Amino acid sequence: MACVKLIGILMKSAVLVFPGINRERDMARTLKLVSGHEPAMVWHAETALPKGTDLVVLPGGFSYGDYLRCGAIAARSPVMDAVRQFAAGGGLVLGVCNGFQILCESGLLPGVLMRNARLKFICHDVHLRVERSDTPFTRGYNAGQVIRVPVAHGEGNYAADEDTVRRLEGDNRVLYRYCSPAGEIGDTHNINGAAASIAGIVNERGNVLGMMPHPENHVEDIMGCTDGRGLFAGLVDHLARAA
Amino acid sequence: MKARVTVTLKNGILDPQGKAIEGALKSLGVEGIASVRQGKVFDIELPGVDKARAEAALKDAADKLLANTVIENYRVEIV
Repeated sequence: MACVKLIGILMKSAVLVFPGINRERDMARTLKLVSGHEPAMVWHAETALPKGTDLVVLPGGFSYGDYLRCGAIAARSPVMDAVRQFAAGGGLVLGVCNGFQILCESGLLPGVLMRNARLKFICHDVHLRVERSDTPFTRGYNAGQVIRVPVAHGEGNYAADEDTVRRLEGDNRVLYRYCSPAGEIGDTHNINGAAASIAGIVNERGNVLGMMPHPENHVEDIMGCTDGRGLFAGLVDHLARAA
Repeated sequence: MKARVTVTLKNGILDPQGKAIEGALKSLGVEGIASVRQGKVFDIELPGVDKARAEAALKDAADKLLANTVIENYRVEIV
């Protein structure tokens, strides 16, 4: 356990809290569990992140009741300027579900998340194929590995113009894709109609990940599955090596 | 001054909400409807500014927040 503690010191995370967010405690619990370090909860009106922050997390929920467009109002809140600066300096940023929508709306990630193609709110486990393992957000997995994690969203249908999708594919910036339990990609497994079955992408520099599924909800045996843990363990490992 | 900003989805962007509304109208028996695209309307008041400044402010508002120009177009009208 001493080892876990030592590594824990190396991952100081900050969870952003916007009005209407409801998954911030799940996220904080997982971060504590995996890194050993209690994350700072940072209110959206703050203009700075805590000193020494290694990872900023935008959790899921319904910030501002999804008014105007999902994530649109949260993306313009004061703390996002600090996040932009943090990301520009190479800091790691993870947005899950509404967090992904906020990252797209803030311009930190390209594209937009539209209403699910079949219009229904989708709330069940899905399979994701991990497309590569050489990134901070996927090093806890093997390339091609299939993981099972829950989704809970009405607007997770990733859309972008053709050039953007081509660029994402060309630069291998799609890290997670919806797939069958065996890892096949196709319309029947693409739960929300997302372009190229995209579940999660990174920015050009590779330090900002947005994803619709909730890896933080599959991290302990009591949850019935621990497949999501690799993402967080990988981040801890990445930071430990970088230190 | 009163103004209206209308935000609509760009051509080619799938509009599942519009499709659902279209389906509902057809099931209600409303005749002659070929397709429905939905959007948003913002009625905005700008007291004490001239037309040029109002238009500039509204364009700024639309670019910064009211529309997501990745998928949406907008139109500004002074009414």
